[in-house]
Amino acid sequence: MKEFDRSRIGTRFSSVQARVDAREISAFARAIGDLNPIYFDESAAIAKGYRSIPAPPTFAFCLKMKQQTESPDRLLWRVLGTDGAGMTLLHAEQSFAYESSICAGDALTFEEHIADVYEKKGGALVFVVLETRVSNQAGERVACFRHTEAARRDL
Amino acid sequence: MSDIGPRHPPGTKLPVLSLPPMELAVLERYAAASGDHARIHLDDETARAAGFPGVIAHGLLVMAYLGRAVGGWYPDGVLRGFTCRFMAVTLLGDRLTCCGTVVTLTTAATEQITELDVSVIDQHGETKLKGTARIAAPAHDSK
Repeated sequence: MKEFDRSRIGTRFSSVQARVDAREISAFARAIGDLNPIYFDESAAIAKGYRSIPAPPTFAFCLKMKQQTESPDRLLWRVLGTDGAGMTLLHAEQSFAYESSICAGDALTFEEHIADVYEKKGGALVFVVLETRVSNQAGERVACFRHTEAARRDL
Repeated sequence: MSDIGPRHPPGTKLPVLSLPPMELAVLERYAAASGDHARIHLDDETARAAGFPGVIAHGLLVMAYLGRAVGGWYPDGVLRGFTCRFMAVTLLGDRLTCCGTVVTLTTAATEQITELDVSVIDQHGETKLKGTARIAAPAHDSK
């Protein structure tokens, strides 16, 4: 898998913009069985000190993915310069750092780049670390995601 | 889940969040809500071609369950950091349990920071996911 060379580190993806929608948050909360009223009722959210309905912890990552027209796998293969034939990508690690709340109505900008590429098991597994910096309409940094994807040859 | 408040000392095991057996309908709903329509989570044939016995749950769905558990444990807290390693795949029928243990509790002038070890295990005790969460809460919370 020599095509995964470390020179890809630093490669930037096209930046992505998205507005946070209250109904999408509610649908997401329902899909994970979280019936906390802050995700459904703006007044409940405000009573807890939020500006509006807040995004659940992993929501914004999905919001970014939704805006990307290519499938995440295809996007990653393209950026890495391979077609990924006979290989499977698996989510290996995920980290979120939050600096400020993300709420319905916010307009977010996601800037993503390849932060690291490394191999394990003599190249049988290749790990790609993607870092995404998220800022809001006020230009404040609200979050940073680190996403490690493992590429593995199919058995 | 009951509101247990933020002031739990290191070593406290938080009440587990037990989930019903994983179903395809749950993965379909999550795919629609998250935008992750990867076939490996929805189509058995695709999953088998990748060497799994059948569809596997989205890793981020399992992490989202943990996020839900943290929100239940600290209803007035603010999540500052949340990190997980995906250790094993979740198959249909798996019964997931979200667990959390308080590692440190630090009080500053205006807030308390709690560090948790978190994990998700299945009915066989296999760890699907493990990680940490950092939660900030007001120092003078009355709860």
